[in-house]
Amino acid sequence: MLQSLVSEKKIDCDVHVTLPTTAKLVPYLDDYWREQVTTRGIDRLELTSDISNISPALRPDWKASSDVETVRTLALEPFGTDIAICNCLYGAQAVYNADLAVALCRAMNDWLAEEFLSKDERLRGSIVLPWQHPEKAALEIERLASDRRFVQVSMIAMGDMPLGRRALWPIYAAAEAHGFAVGIHAGTTYRFAPWTNGWPSYHIEDQAAQSVGVQTQLLSLITEGVFEEYPKLKVVLIDSGVTWLPPFLWRIDKLWRGLRMEVPWLKRSPTEIVSEHVRLTLQPFDGPKDAQVIQELVAQIGEHMLLFSTDYPRWNFDGTDAVPLRGQPDLMRKLRTENPFETYARLREV
Amino acid sequence: MHGHHPAAPPGSDLDFMREQHLDPFNIINGILIPLFGNVGSERNLGYAEALATAHNDWQVAEWLDKESRLRGTLVVSQDDPVAAVKEIQRCARDRRFVQIMLAPRSSEPLGRQRYWPIYEAAEAHDLPLGIHSYGIGGHASTGGGWPSFYMEEHYATTMGGPATMSSLVLEGVFERFPKLRVVLVEIGFAWVPSFVWRMDRLWERMRSEIPHLIHPPSHYVKRNFWYTTQPMEEPGRRDDLRRTFDWVGWDRLLFSTDYPHWDQDDPAYAFNIKLTPTERRQICRDNAEQFYRF
Repeated sequence: MLQSLVSEKKIDCDVHVTLPTTAKLVPYLDDYWREQVTTRGIDRLELTSDISNISPALRPDWKASSDVETVRTLALEPFGTDIAICNCLYGAQAVYNADLAVALCRAMNDWLAEEFLSKDERLRGSIVLPWQHPEKAALEIERLASDRRFVQVSMIAMGDMPLGRRALWPIYAAAEAHGFAVGIHAGTTYRFAPWTNGWPSYHIEDQAAQSVGVQTQLLSLITEGVFEEYPKLKVVLIDSGVTWLPPFLWRIDKLWRGLRMEVPWLKRSPTEIVSEHVRLTLQPFDGPKDAQVIQELVAQIGEHMLLFSTDYPRWNFDGTDAVPLRGQPDLMRKLRTENPFETYARLREV
Repeated sequence: MHGHHPAAPPGSDLDFMREQHLDPFNIINGILIPLFGNVGSERNLGYAEALATAHNDWQVAEWLDKESRLRGTLVVSQDDPVAAVKEIQRCARDRRFVQIMLAPRSSEPLGRQRYWPIYEAAEAHDLPLGIHSYGIGGHASTGGGWPSFYMEEHYATTMGGPATMSSLVLEGVFERFPKLRVVLVEIGFAWVPSFVWRMDRLWERMRSEIPHLIHPPSHYVKRNFWYTTQPMEEPGRRDDLRRTFDWVGWDRLLFSTDYPHWDQDDPAYAFNIKLTPTERRQICRDNAEQFYRF
């Protein structure tokens, strides 16, 4: 079945779309929020940890992505992309006022549908979730479930609490029920210091922390039993590196063998759970330059675990024919076509 | 080896340690790690200084003077670098102290300049930093908050390793103190290759932010860092462990048991791969002899 649907479509699992200013959301807000946004002067509402705001993190030739024409020209056409999953990082996911988060996220999702998904049929969306209010976040998933162009729901790696916590389970229930993948994007709302030893001095230290933040969140999802409760759930770790996965799993498997009496609901090893439920986008590829070592790393990680992504417009992508993909059409086909179709149930249903 | 709990807990009786550990495993040199009282995290700095001094005198009187196979670890009040330096100067001439212990889950990232007097003293006395998995710095165990389970906490503590490595390297500690040697104790080693590749890639993009860093992060990690082996990694594909040793460096790994903790490694069973006699000698003896100047 899958084979015929898949054909040879090329999928990019992480293209960033940036809201230029909150003013763009005004048409999608009700009177109360329109007045709040206007009189309070809520303009860009950037996510502080979003490195798209830091010029050294942007490719010099990829400066803008706030309109569909630019995305088409710079992100889709050069790569022959047939389907691109758009991710929006936005400060609404960091505000403390949960009602404001709900209003802005709703408007953001409507703006994404109107300005991007409706204008190019290759584009798919990730629902920006007001995860500060899990019940309302679940309602937002219900609201958009009938729009098949949305294929994923999106959260930030580090937020109010560890991601496995039961308080967040309404989100996972709704995502599973409607076949959405749960995308966890690198980043933090700075509720907690990004490192366990506190607040670092430099942006580069913050960036180094992201892959570790994602590891501890994946561990939370595993230990709390999210994948036992929601056996069809798929989680995609976006923009968080990939080479940390094998040593992470070695250690977690070993801890599980020693400590499984603490989490007896885990009937399988963490490696088995992750292999079934979790995937990772390829960029930024946190590997060495040595092509032979990269081969070994991809084998350690597992070819089925990786999803092709450009991470447009950030300066992570190594080029269309960069290692680990050079001269390996079978691997490339897995990463760009087969694995995304396996991961995103809603891509298969269009 | 740890002395962790009050009132005759495991690791508190020298004769029993000899009988249970040093003799049967033919340990030539055993390095003590005193964790009692979380000195590295103590906020009452006067108490921290007093506890550190007492710890060091106690190690000499109760352990080092009585058993020549044992070596000591200097406990210092890390949040009071002036007192820490004084304590290093007081004890450094006793060469049975072979490292200075710091807590990686610190109140601030350890690369901050306020800690540099400790590194200056360490380098001057040729004493490595032994950064052992512990500490209560006041920050959540993970960037995503406080986890629910011990299994998560165990891993989060291990991630004090990359937290401390990145701070020390990226703040430029090893530009200023090129001969400073650091051993990460009980914080794992398999995460190191991936994390260093990540730092190198970030440095290529973002180095304009840290112009004090002349070389890529991997340069300093290769030159200035060592690792103890426990808890040993056990990959499903056994050869992955050998490749990890290749990437970390066979000369950077120092065997450790973590006696008497529940997750300690038995030297007879720790390695799931077959080591050549040379490789085993390197990890179980030669590397440590060179590193600690035994």
